[in-house]
Amino acid sequence: MNSTSTHFVPPRRVGIYEPLHQFGMWGETFKNNIGNGEDMNTPSHIIIPNNQKLDDNNLSEDTSQGTGGTPHMFDQEASTSRHPDKIQRRLAQNREAARKSRLRKKAYVQQLETSRLKLIHLEQELDRARQQGFYVGNGIDTNSLSFSEPMNPGIATFEMEYGHWIQEQNKQICKLRTVLQGQVSDVELRLLVENGMKHYFDLFRMKSAAAKADVFFVMSGMWRTSAERFFLWIGGFRPSDLLKVLLPHFDVMTDQQILDVCNLRQSCQQAEDALSQGMEKLQHTLADCVAGGRLGEGSYIPQVNSAMERLEALVSFVNQADHLRHETLQQMHRILTTRQAARGLLALGEYFQRLRALSSSWATRHRELT
Amino acid sequence: MDKVMRMSSEKGVVIFTKSSCCLCYAVQILFRNLRVQPTIHEIDTDPDCREIEKALLRIGCSTAFPAVFIGGKLVGSTSEVMSLHLSGSLVPLIKPYQSLLY
Repeated sequence: MNSTSTHFVPPRRVGIYEPLHQFGMWGETFKNNIGNGEDMNTPSHIIIPNNQKLDDNNLSEDTSQGTGGTPHMFDQEASTSRHPDKIQRRLAQNREAARKSRLRKKAYVQQLETSRLKLIHLEQELDRARQQGFYVGNGIDTNSLSFSEPMNPGIATFEMEYGHWIQEQNKQICKLRTVLQGQVSDVELRLLVENGMKHYFDLFRMKSAAAKADVFFVMSGMWRTSAERFFLWIGGFRPSDLLKVLLPHFDVMTDQQILDVCNLRQSCQQAEDALSQGMEKLQHTLADCVAGGRLGEGSYIPQVNSAMERLEALVSFVNQADHLRHETLQQMHRILTTRQAARGLLALGEYFQRLRALSSSWATRHRELT
Repeated sequence: MDKVMRMSSEKGVVIFTKSSCCLCYAVQILFRNLRVQPTIHEIDTDPDCREIEKALLRIGCSTAFPAVFIGGKLVGSTSEVMSLHLSGSLVPLIKPYQSLLY
């Protein structure tokens, strides 16, 4: 999620946070939840203000499940003596389902919050622009949310997780900077480097899941800031660019290290080139597929299934691109000493922080001009 | 499977591909940029396509297509080839098959 908008605008027209006057519904909600551990949260709705479904069930669920399990005892007492294991298992399953439900709900609500803020900003922008007689097109720096499509829970979860990822990333960078300025043991440094690497690998795993949910979303880079998007290559940073940026910032390197890094950069470029050409071929074959049959007669694609298969292939490409990023980081870790790796991670992290800051500056500058 | 064994033990770099697969194309490009002319077996035109696919998976290829063999030995699919290349281990494997010309 974009961390640029930090001020909270109190809810006005959207009636999501209506006061908890649904106390009477608690009993019903407990029984429903325990009975089949089913997911009360179905965020695949079109965003409708004053959505009653949200008010009734989910608010009650949230406050009741806060203690994690206690309400479940109401219905289970009678059968505990006879089948303790089954009950325990069912309780565990319910807890898990409730936990997942809460997580999804949290993501959904967060997405709604973000949407509302953006809507308000957009309205203000439009008003201002119209007053000055400008045509307002796509120049506004906002994550585009299509309100006509149902919310994709996989993507909502990803955006929320990515927001947390950025926060954690900032913390790690701060820690690295502090630690490298003073004295630090190799052991502690190695741990920090391992954590840093693992953090990137976590991101690739998140992206893989998100790509399955909506590959176009991942490829568009809309989950990133605008300046980062400018450098986008198949859904993320270009590994060889990274090496180019980092190389001058390392301290003394041995001849062997320099040779290794140069070889890595060349291999990276060759691998990237291969994937890029593969993507081009994918575009050509898809274009041929879409243009198949006769154009101009109002008919649709003759082989829709074939076209759909091509789009499925995009997921593999995103995964392979992330695999390249993963391997590049892995190889750098192998080539460098612990201290060099720590500096490298710090430099890399700060580079992206600067890009994000640049995006914020740009967005603000753009608004001030109108 | 015999057919797979026979085709994969041909000299040099052998790649099993599907004509519609663009990742297969990407892997071919990689080898060509490394000055290697791989032998391509486009399996979707082969009547034994299904069996070959199953055989490739059985002998340990992560994805059936593309399946890369060098000097008769299975290297793997796209991920394995990329990992090998970035670690610098791919070029020594293909050295005997690299063309000096282009």
